[in-house]
Amino acid sequence: MKLKTFRIGGIHPAENKLSRAASIEDAGIPTKVMIPIHQNLGAPSKVLVKKGDQVKVGQVIAEPGGFVSAYVHSSVSGTVSGIEDVTDVSGYRRPCVVIDVEGDEWLEEIDRTPELKRECKLEAKEIVEKIRQAGIVGMGGAAFPAHVKLSIPEGKKAEMLILNGVECEPYLTADHRLMLEHAEEILIATQVLMKAIGVDKAQIGIENNKPDAIEKFKTLLSNYAGIEVVPLKIQYPQGGEKQLIQSLMDKEVPFGGLPIDIGAVVMNVGSVFAVYEAIFKNKPVFERIVTVTGKSVAKPCNLKVRLGTPISYLIEKAGGAPEDTGKVISGGPMMGKALTLIDIPVVKATSGVLLMRQEECERHEESACIRCGRCVTACSLGSVPYLWSREIDQGEWEKAEADHVMLCCECGACQYACPANIPLLDKIRVAKNKINQIKRARSQK
Amino acid sequence: MDQVLLNSILTLSGIAILASSILFIAAKKFQVEEDPRIQDIDEVLPGANCGACGFPGCRNFADAVVKRGHVGNAFCPVGGNETMKKVGAIMGETVAEQDPLIAVVRCQGSREKAPKKINYLAARSCALSHMTFSGEKGCPNSCLGLGDCVFVCLFDAIKVNEQTGLPEVDKEKCTACGACVTACPRRIIELRPKKDKMVYIACMNREKGAFAKKNCQVACIGCSKCVKVATELQGEAAGSQVESFLAYLSPAIDAEKFGAKIVTACPTKSVVGIGLENEVAQIREEEKKARLEKAKAMKESDALKGKE
Repeated sequence: MKLKTFRIGGIHPAENKLSRAASIEDAGIPTKVMIPIHQNLGAPSKVLVKKGDQVKVGQVIAEPGGFVSAYVHSSVSGTVSGIEDVTDVSGYRRPCVVIDVEGDEWLEEIDRTPELKRECKLEAKEIVEKIRQAGIVGMGGAAFPAHVKLSIPEGKKAEMLILNGVECEPYLTADHRLMLEHAEEILIATQVLMKAIGVDKAQIGIENNKPDAIEKFKTLLSNYAGIEVVPLKIQYPQGGEKQLIQSLMDKEVPFGGLPIDIGAVVMNVGSVFAVYEAIFKNKPVFERIVTVTGKSVAKPCNLKVRLGTPISYLIEKAGGAPEDTGKVISGGPMMGKALTLIDIPVVKATSGVLLMRQEECERHEESACIRCGRCVTACSLGSVPYLWSREIDQGEWEKAEADHVMLCCECGACQYACPANIPLLDKIRVAKNKINQIKRARSQK
Repeated sequence: MDQVLLNSILTLSGIAILASSILFIAAKKFQVEEDPRIQDIDEVLPGANCGACGFPGCRNFADAVVKRGHVGNAFCPVGGNETMKKVGAIMGETVAEQDPLIAVVRCQGSREKAPKKINYLAARSCALSHMTFSGEKGCPNSCLGLGDCVFVCLFDAIKVNEQTGLPEVDKEKCTACGACVTACPRRIIELRPKKDKMVYIACMNREKGAFAKKNCQVACIGCSKCVKVATELQGEAAGSQVESFLAYLSPAIDAEKFGAKIVTACPTKSVVGIGLENEVAQIREEEKKARLEKAKAMKESDALKGKE
């Protein structure tokens, strides 16, 4: 049978899913956590605690600063030792709530039993409100607040709920393990979400390199009407929102539009599991699954981590940083970000920590573009990255904007495919930044 | 044979005469009347098309000036007062003289003073580096040293010094067009009045002193000593201030008179004095002597006490 996939472009980097067989372990609680206040796309949140305050696990420590913003909860119990500037994934110092851990005291309303619950009597609006209060954001990496996605704007109608269980990034296995170990919970939450957005159809897209997860869902599906699991071709960036919609619905998100314009709502399986915990267990987002991996890592693993835990603590759990480590990346090797320090805290969007060996992370010397077109073949947008690159080299920002450089999802397939080692993605990022500045200047005029 | 030659010559000359007369008539009929002053002004302008005046090129500058009928506040920093005098003569007015400016780099975090902590491998672009992280030196306000300012300079006036990793401005070549000022993602380059003696703070650090000193030996820690000295010597008019741990010395400070004192007031050596090297060395020498004498006196008094 021919597997479904998106229409144009795509690459297939080596999968390297080293931690595939490692079941999820509890990472434990560090002695100090640093919880960044701004963890989501959109407006930053406002801090509610101050130095010396006692907090419990699950307590709100920051409230949203707007509609597109999210609650932040404490992941540990203890005393707030201050609101300090701590270097985060961005490479800059940002305000964090620093908490000294004392014991492990949870809020009483959080249900800590592993018992499976199915009954949900909440109305659609109440479900979305509960998701908002749990501070759920896109756990795949974009960190877009989930309640915004689930609040269908007036005049538009959702047709299908799509669950993103693709995990097309090499190395990462956090979603894979979650699907294997918590398949039932994910399916129950899917039904709740279908009710929340008023659809009777849901599809779970899973890349075909996870046959065990696909099999697991298939055996359970008979009890859940309207949900379908779809194996997808192994092709990067299958897990990109727009690519996944194209693969499953055979429709394209219009230029500059949102998935809801064609009736799709896409949720990462990690977020869906968080929805289950929020609705049935009253548990907000303060934990997530993080893959710690790398070719030289002693014990590649999938850890259940409290938010705000320093990444260095996770590396210790995985057997320490090997001698030959050249680079530590937050996220996967394709879209992840190299870290400047290893004391950076885990946030809601941290899906993995990858320790790359020195010889793997060196860049090769750049040579001239011969217009072989490999970047064009790789681009899932159907664009022409080498032309963008030329426009950017000459500083022709308006021209690059007219050629829709802003639509680039920064998947990095073009740079991966380039035989001349031209830093195409780097250039595109600069251009997107410059064009955003130009747009801001224009709107001020 | 002769007939063929004659025929072709006649035909071609016929076509040539016809075509040229059509062109002549068209040129006369469709001639666009242009103010001759535009051409005149364009000729006196430097022709660098750098955009420093705010117009895309020299021709646009000339066009705009002639169309609005007066020079107003238009100014060509590349040509300077001399060029503007000529432009004023063409327009029949006198143009107010402006002090020439020069670009200064407000960072001293050289390889030695602010050692590298992180290896940056991506594309050699300050803009990208600035987006990605706080920089190889760890200071979020430091010069990134990848040369976006060098790339945009049309006058070959700014170069990254291989030894220090910092850009240096060539005094003779810099025209103060401001291209590097906008190219720098951290706004480290500033245009200041061009004088023989200048004093300014070569640091943009806005972090607390303790954090700044971890990254760089010559960081401004916002102690405000320089500002105090400047205000004492020249009064409030100097317009210097300290804001978010960063002092700023206004260009209004009379560097000729007070520069050296302000430079020596800085405990972290983040104040730079151009053309003041001798005076600064002299003051430092005197201070050293005074310190030595004081130490000597202390020793002597201690010895006396010991004897007693």
